[in-house]
Amino acid sequence: MIKIEKLHKSYPIGKDALHVLKGLDLHIKEGEFVAIMGSSGSGKSTLLNIVGLLDIHDEGNYYLNGQLIENLDETKAAVLRNKFLGFVFQSFNLINYKNALENVALPLYYQGMGRKERNERALQFLDKVGLKDRADHLPSELSGGEKQRVAVARALVTNPKVILADEPTGALDSTTSASVMELLKEINREGMTVFVITHEEDIANETDRIVRLKDGIIISDEKVLKKATV
Amino acid sequence: MFDLDRWQEIFQTLSKNKLRTALSGFTIAFAILLFTLLFGIGNGLKHTFEKAFNDDANNAIFIRTGQTTQPYKGLQSGRKIQFKNDDYSFLVDEFDTKVQFLSARLYKNVQAIYKNEQNNYSLRAVHPDHQFLEKTIIDEGRYLNMFDLKNKSKVIVIGRLVKEDLFGNKIALGKSISLNGVTYKVIGIFYDEGGDNEERLIYMPITTAQSIYGNNDYIDQLNLTYNPELSLNEAISFGNLILGKFKEKHNIAPRDQAALRVSNMAEANKNVGQFMMVLNVIILFIGIGTLIAGVIGISNIMVYIVKERTKEIGIRKALGATPKSIIGMIMLESIFVTAIAGYAGLLIGVFALKAIGDSLETYFIINPSVETYVVIGATVILVIAGTIAGYIPAKRAASIKPIVALNDE
Repeated sequence: MIKIEKLHKSYPIGKDALHVLKGLDLHIKEGEFVAIMGSSGSGKSTLLNIVGLLDIHDEGNYYLNGQLIENLDETKAAVLRNKFLGFVFQSFNLINYKNALENVALPLYYQGMGRKERNERALQFLDKVGLKDRADHLPSELSGGEKQRVAVARALVTNPKVILADEPTGALDSTTSASVMELLKEINREGMTVFVITHEEDIANETDRIVRLKDGIIISDEKVLKKATV
Repeated sequence: MFDLDRWQEIFQTLSKNKLRTALSGFTIAFAILLFTLLFGIGNGLKHTFEKAFNDDANNAIFIRTGQTTQPYKGLQSGRKIQFKNDDYSFLVDEFDTKVQFLSARLYKNVQAIYKNEQNNYSLRAVHPDHQFLEKTIIDEGRYLNMFDLKNKSKVIVIGRLVKEDLFGNKIALGKSISLNGVTYKVIGIFYDEGGDNEERLIYMPITTAQSIYGNNDYIDQLNLTYNPELSLNEAISFGNLILGKFKEKHNIAPRDQAALRVSNMAEANKNVGQFMMVLNVIILFIGIGTLIAGVIGISNIMVYIVKERTKEIGIRKALGATPKSIIGMIMLESIFVTAIAGYAGLLIGVFALKAIGDSLETYFIINPSVETYVVIGATVILVIAGTIAGYIPAKRAASIKPIVALNDE
């Protein structure tokens, strides 16, 4: 699903360049639940931005769903993001003057889906995250955990190939964190590829595979040993 | 193409962000309102001046006689110059194509008597063309005609106030009035925008007056209008030409200023024209100034709005909005708000001008108004300015990487 070969990325800082990603190789298959771990400055957010087509890489190859990503302009990137990717951000990034239903329906608007159909579909996904009764609430009227659930519903609504979650629990307390992770696990069990970035060990342990980054290099990539679950 | 979904999205954005919408709308509405008011008041000032010069035909030339002040060709100074009928014919013969209307004038003061009412009036004995020279407007009946002149008919046309004095509310048309003992029939009643004095006059055929009051062919004054196709400068030299020819005809020294005077409206018009041009420039300056202020106002607000929405734009892009759809959204919002607000400002301005219009007459402002095309033009300029002002930051916002926009707090 996601294949990265010798990926490099630098950011210019004044006259110098900050080399953030130093030749990453990573292969994520369909249906995997992967966590990228690392301290701040390890390059994990940069990696997610490149995978999410929010930023472009300097060198190396990136295949998304078998398609080589190159010469990407904003219009093409927008179409690919809409079609293949769903985002969940640490700060939720809901549009504050739209209610939960309208926020979830927004990606469908950019797909050109009709109003009635997209509202139906959005409601169905709100129901899936357990917030059907909050459909007409504004983000300011929702708790943090509810906001993140809305964001997850919004990420899922286009039926993407990959869910990219950047510190999805970073702004939540441990109880809500657990419930959001449970939601992501459930999505993964239904076959969705989920790609989480975190610096919290216990969040990473909820996933199936942990990739550890340090100073722009992958230092370990191992399966999580699962305790027997009921 | 009309896209209902897109408009619904825009209406929602506008109605959920009321302060922002109101702010940009207010700027545009206020700019157009100020523009309309200032422009309208400027136009009112212009109307006042136009009206002040509206009494007589504005291409008139009056020729009056006086006494010579210099001896010339063996004739002494102090000689009184008298126009006669042949001076009228002389003008017709010499300047036929350059003259539009021509009339002689003979003045008399008369005592008018109708039944028990009597009063003194100025009488002007004239040719039929005089109606157009003086802009006399016939209210009832008719003006003098060539037939009256030929027959030396004892007919008169009286001013509105003469009729009021002598007849009150009763019918005057067809009645007979005695002027200095001679009876005349009233064939017409007129009014004149030149004021009360102009409406306290009596007109009669010049031939009638010449035969009854003097039994000669004397004329006091010659009035004409020049051909309106002449330019102002041509008209001024035409006036000088007439003066020269008459001086020659009546043996007046070329430098004698008092014996013959030609007042030419073309000269006055030239001065008024220059004044009006200055006034126009001032009005234009005010208008452009107001527009520029409005353009700057709306530009600032658009830049601010786009800045404020950077994060929202980033979210929309992450969700699959193309740069084109972002630009389209911002521009349509901007056009919609500026057009509606501009129209509102225009309406308020026009109604305000109508409401205060008459009360400003004491300040020399008559009928302050703005031509519709001018305000609509101004509104269109502001809408276009708002669009451009929105386009530049919108394009920039649409082209920044979504990740940068998302991090914008």
